[in-house]
Amino acid sequence: MIRLTNVNKTFDKKPALNQISTEFPENKVTVIVGPSGSGKSTLLRSLNLLERPESGQYQFNHDFDIDFSKPISDKTILKLRQKTGMVFQGYNLFAHLTIIKNIMEGPVKVLHQNKNEARKNALALLDKVGLKDKANVYPSNLSGGQAQRVAIARSLAMAPEYILLDEPTSALDPELELGVLKVLLQIAKEQQSMIIVTHNMAFAQQVADKMIFLEDGQIKFDGSAHDFFTTNNQRIADFISAMTLHEIK
Amino acid sequence: MWEIIKTATPQLISAGIKYSIPIALISFFFGMVLALMTALVRLSHKNRFFLIVKGIFRFYVWLFRSTPLLVQLFIAYFGLPYLTIPGIFPNGIKMSPFLAGILVFSLNTGAYGSETIRASILSISKGQWEAAYSIGMKKMQVLWDIILPQAARISLPPLSNSFISLVKDTSLAASITIPEMFEVSQQIAAQNYQPLTMYCLVAFYYAIVCTLLSFLQSYLEKITSRYTIQ
Repeated sequence: MIRLTNVNKTFDKKPALNQISTEFPENKVTVIVGPSGSGKSTLLRSLNLLERPESGQYQFNHDFDIDFSKPISDKTILKLRQKTGMVFQGYNLFAHLTIIKNIMEGPVKVLHQNKNEARKNALALLDKVGLKDKANVYPSNLSGGQAQRVAIARSLAMAPEYILLDEPTSALDPELELGVLKVLLQIAKEQQSMIIVTHNMAFAQQVADKMIFLEDGQIKFDGSAHDFFTTNNQRIADFISAMTLHEIK
Repeated sequence: MWEIIKTATPQLISAGIKYSIPIALISFFFGMVLALMTALVRLSHKNRFFLIVKGIFRFYVWLFRSTPLLVQLFIAYFGLPYLTIPGIFPNGIKMSPFLAGILVFSLNTGAYGSETIRASILSISKGQWEAAYSIGMKKMQVLWDIILPQAARISLPPLSNSFISLVKDTSLAASITIPEMFEVSQQIAAQNYQPLTMYCLVAFYYAIVCTLLSFLQSYLEKITSRYTIQ
């Protein structure tokens, strides 16, 4: 379980995260939604410590209890990052490495796994995301959807406790998006803990156990997916219909 | 004329093998080590210690990019013997012409190379750093395994240019009495009174070396570009 308590983050004195307190349950999928600039990505990146909030508590299972107002040791940062795999909107595959080496890089260099074992695992993961035949090509030769599936495989290779996905399909056209969503649904079925930032309401409804609605850096809804999609809250209902309309368009 | 070429060629090639090429290779090697160090220091975080070190490296780059190479060679070989440091160099800093040449060419190449490497590192997208950090890699691991291999491809053409320039610039070593190719051609011209033939001949040999290096550059670019869009 990840627990955040009163987390605050500002950019140029403007609050990006304002008194964020919430929990991200294990073996469940939490989906974060909200308008652009609401702080969704900042919240997600804070969980991987790519962003550093100025204050608040970050509790990760019983392993880490971080006070953002105090310095965080390098050891804690590295260990926590290993437990929270990140998938980016822009894929960010290592451009100079083949697909299989992209996936092996973390296990070999960070977890010090044996190369043969890492290769075997990487091939199994590529098979899982339907890209085993692309093992030896470079990222520049993949479509966006394929690149994102490799990014998911790369994240899974580290066997993280949570996978954090920052708008994983926003840069993809609907056809390519479908391939990525299928992979994510499959991973969700396997009870992998995931925290997903997305604008895709249909996908959120299908995959989410828990929903968080952020606006102006504040949590405006924090509850079950069922409650979110059947809420009487006019602001949230408007947001859902606006997003759904956008998808239909 | 053919007789002159036939007689002078072995001497020029010998000078090239003994001095011009070794000076270029050794200076380029040390220059690149220095360039990488300088680039990394200049890109490092701004804590108080690094601010001072950064200042020193910035001054070094400014100094060597703002003064002529020939003047630098003269200062190192003819000027430094007059710089006495009590206890360390009581009789001035004296070096062999070869060492002075290597020192100046390395420092000069390092100053220009550092800017190329720095720009190449800065051109790698932030996403590559973040992706590597996000899987728990340490800063040095990110740098060596992810960023520098990509920066190397970007900096290869300008650094190859620097190396080709360096090969030609070794001719300036003649001014501090290093018997490299140009110095030997001057000596032969003084004996046979055929300056046009001799200087054209030595220019031809420089051109051959530089052309071969251009081919090598193209080959290296091809190898290192294998991961770009095909």
